[in-house]
Amino acid sequence: MFEIARLYRRFGLRPVELLEELLGTIRRDNLNAYITVDEEGALRDAQEAEQILAQGSDDVLAGIPLAIKDNICTRGIRTTCGSNILADFVPAYDATVVERLRKRGAIIIGKTNLDEFAMGSTTTTSNAGPTKNPFDETRTPGGSSGGSAAAVAADLCAGALGSDTGGSIRQPASFCGITGLKPTYGSVSRFGLVAFASSLDQIGPMAHSARETAVLFDAIKGHDPKDSTSVPGEYAPIDLNALDMHGIRIGVPQEFFAEGLSPDVERAVRFGITAYEELGARIVPIRLPHIRYGVAVYYVIATAEASSNLARYDGVRYGLRADGAKDLTDMYLQTRSQGFGAEVKRRIMLGTYVLSAGYYDAYYKKASQVRTLIARDFSEAFGQCDLIAGPTSPVTSFGLDEMMDDPLSIYLLDIYTIPANLAGLPALSIPCGFAEDGLPIGMQLMAPHFREDRLLGAGMAFQDCTRFHRVKP
Amino acid sequence: MKITDQEVLHVAGLSRLKLDEHELKRFLRELNAIVDYMDMLAQIDTAGVPETVHATMLTRALRQDIPERSQERAAALANAPSQREGKIVVPRVIE
Amino acid sequence: MRDYDIVIGLEVHAQLLTETKIFCGCSARAGLAPNSSTCPVCMGMPGVLPVLNSKVVEFGIRLGLATGCTIARRNVFARKNYFYPDLPKGYQITQYDRPLCERGFLEIEIAGTKKRIGITRIHMEEDAGKNIHDEHEPVSYMDFNRAGVPLLEIVSEPDIAGPDEAVAYLKELRQILMFLDICDGNMEEGSFRCDANISVKPKGVAAFGIRTELKNMNSFRNVGKALEFEVDRHIGILKAGGRVEQDTRLWDVAANRTRSMRSKEESHDYRYFPDPDLVPLEVDEAWIEEIRSSLPELPSAKRKRFQEEYGLPAYDADVLTQTKALADYFEQCSELLDSPKEISNWIMTEVLRVLNEQDIALPQLKVTPGMLTAMLTLISTGTISISMAKEVFAEMASSGRTAEDIVQSKGLRQISDEDELLGLVQGILENNPAEVKKYRQGKTQLLGFFVGQLMKATKGKANPNLANSIIKEMLES
Repeated sequence: MFEIARLYRRFGLRPVELLEELLGTIRRDNLNAYITVDEEGALRDAQEAEQILAQGSDDVLAGIPLAIKDNICTRGIRTTCGSNILADFVPAYDATVVERLRKRGAIIIGKTNLDEFAMGSTTTTSNAGPTKNPFDETRTPGGSSGGSAAAVAADLCAGALGSDTGGSIRQPASFCGITGLKPTYGSVSRFGLVAFASSLDQIGPMAHSARETAVLFDAIKGHDPKDSTSVPGEYAPIDLNALDMHGIRIGVPQEFFAEGLSPDVERAVRFGITAYEELGARIVPIRLPHIRYGVAVYYVIATAEASSNLARYDGVRYGLRADGAKDLTDMYLQTRSQGFGAEVKRRIMLGTYVLSAGYYDAYYKKASQVRTLIARDFSEAFGQCDLIAGPTSPVTSFGLDEMMDDPLSIYLLDIYTIPANLAGLPALSIPCGFAEDGLPIGMQLMAPHFREDRLLGAGMAFQDCTRFHRVKP
Repeated sequence: MKITDQEVLHVAGLSRLKLDEHELKRFLRELNAIVDYMDMLAQIDTAGVPETVHATMLTRALRQDIPERSQERAAALANAPSQREGKIVVPRVIE
Repeated sequence: MRDYDIVIGLEVHAQLLTETKIFCGCSARAGLAPNSSTCPVCMGMPGVLPVLNSKVVEFGIRLGLATGCTIARRNVFARKNYFYPDLPKGYQITQYDRPLCERGFLEIEIAGTKKRIGITRIHMEEDAGKNIHDEHEPVSYMDFNRAGVPLLEIVSEPDIAGPDEAVAYLKELRQILMFLDICDGNMEEGSFRCDANISVKPKGVAAFGIRTELKNMNSFRNVGKALEFEVDRHIGILKAGGRVEQDTRLWDVAANRTRSMRSKEESHDYRYFPDPDLVPLEVDEAWIEEIRSSLPELPSAKRKRFQEEYGLPAYDADVLTQTKALADYFEQCSELLDSPKEISNWIMTEVLRVLNEQDIALPQLKVTPGMLTAMLTLISTGTISISMAKEVFAEMASSGRTAEDIVQSKGLRQISDEDELLGLVQGILENNPAEVKKYRQGKTQLLGFFVGQLMKATKGKANPNLANSIIKEMLES
């Protein structure tokens, strides 16, 4: 990103030239990272960027080609959510984040692949087919923002937006060896993000480095009157100088190094923590006793909200409508049964179940209370430390053909990423090593609410003395 | 098994999803496994613990009662599967 | 019927007179071209989010304060989940366990006896779109202009003991809403809608009977008729030893009866849960006080004041306080002319008649308070007679000209000149010697005959009082 900005200004490279080359690469590529490439729109953006640059703009984002996850609405560009039910849906509006990126002169190349409605962690449930991991094309890039992660890793864009409901930015970032930020809930507008679980969803940036991630985060963050959950107030730009780690207390929860953690991942993350210690940080053991309930809490709340959020796909106003329905109810049944894939149906049913008469208290209400306990664990922990470090995912990327048949065991892989969503905390995944087989490993850092500056600053400090984030597939 | 196939069908009905025999079996098995797992929540004492519904502390997000331009009708209907004279057509609603 | 207790609870949905919808900036006005007052938010497009209109909260608090409710300091919006093609999101945003107002009441009067009807709760919610059925094909048409129009739902306690009380409650509630300027109260057009729950039990029995729910009653008349029908139906079933079936029923205007909706829908399971897209709404004391201090005088207080301050009979006070506009009109007149009963009479007869005939509201009436009182002054000074005044009023109402102007141009001025009348009476007496004779012999009822002759001669312009006294004087001298 910074490199491109320099090429534009110092070496006379034109955005249109860069874009044309990039579009060529995307055409030849077979990762299936994009669902839609908007060549015409991108060209228009590039031409506008040329004018902005000609006027001497020093905006780093001018003419920077970016990819947008296909559950973020783009005016005039098909937004499918990887689902049959929205296969032909063209929004008449830009998501606030897209609007903000356009204002900065960025080029929107297209829409990246994802698990259907962002429900998954493999980017395999999309109606556009699976995305492949650039480090090993037989493997998953992770998910649900797997298309964005693969596109960044393979340089099919200079940066991307993803969305993170239970780890959907961080886990694919970790699987693809890039940097991904899940911002504080309420710091980035959700207007235009097709809702999966409204109280957990957050749009965030993905890029090679923490510095680039910070630039993107600065561009999209800030209060939006169209989103009632968007937090008002001043949002200072992130300092692009690395954080001085001296005296920074890094909390390491023993719960994050529990059963099921792959030895490769443990080794790499322990290395990362040691690196911080060498940079001057103090390592503090902490406890997060309720984290073990995170997955259960998450799958109650996320599916409950999803079951309601996805009720609007009924074939009436937009999207798929099944042919030949004999009456209204039949139209609903056929449309939704044909329109949604198995994982989405499973979650809608589960969410409907936990909200239904007789089960609400035992599941939805109980989970909402335990959510409070998890948030309290973090408040207490942040009394003893400034950052929390641990693995992003207990495993590295696995084979597209070794998909687990049992949904629960896939859900359990979200164990380390889910807590930040439940507590609304910002969390960052940065590359911290490679497994024996060469697959990337991510380290997760978490900070108190609205302390993305600390998070990204620590990421920069790490990346200023390591090269993991520079390793290309 | 905690959830019966009757309940799966009830939930599918509420969700407006039609399940074939195969799907019914599969969801019955999977939902039971997941709900069994979720039952660990019952062990936790949450007496007096407030619920967290939002991940922010915000209260009062209001807008003024000032009209904004509505969209063009063409835009409102652009994605509609079936329309006639400015209205969206659906199979008859029975009251 | 006296052997049974009737238990009725009412649910009213009042559409609010805000400029915009509850969660987006689209116009909340009715009557626009189908789907032209929509946006991605009220159409439930993917990715959109609701933002609450502060005016809706203010209006809700206004009604809550006017009905003695407790205003909730913390409000939560909930989603009510169900599928219906007029419901864009597949859920309605409403309030469930944390409504805006609770535990209020309003007072009704039946045959001079006052009774308090409890209000359980008042909450804010969004309206759904409209579906229009095709008469020839098995399809319906959806218009989403109404989707997202703000509603207050007002739920009464089951304190209502009969159809007459139900109608009185609705009239009072509607009047309050209109006085507060938060709802236009139009039942036909659906901006004031009512559902009823009704059950009947033998007198003295504590347990409630099985209830039915009544819908589709779009006028006070229909509410009364539907409830009466339902009461009779319940009692009939009970008397025959039967059992009322729990049911939702429609009032069928054409058939003059209620009928079951027989909805095949699975048992309602709305899966209410807090809407994660809307943060809790905290209402502070300052806001409530600000609204309280701007509350207008309510109908019941106004009725009382009109009787005390202007000495009007209860009937007049009732009629004049039907609407705020009418009451204001009366008060504006009374400020100009201290003659409340006379003003009241004119408003209750001529003003209301013209409003009806011209099918207009008060602001469109061409006779301003100043014009009406100026005309009343012409009566009291003897310039015109009452019957002339009626003609003048009609002319003012149709042309907007002042009474003075009309009197001038039409030559309506009374003849109050004594000499002129004397001369005329002289001639009449001379031309009717027989009648004069009879009168003088004691047949004094002939006075009317002479007055009639005089009126004929003056084309009705003779000042009637003066005419009477002159004729009498001349006959008796």
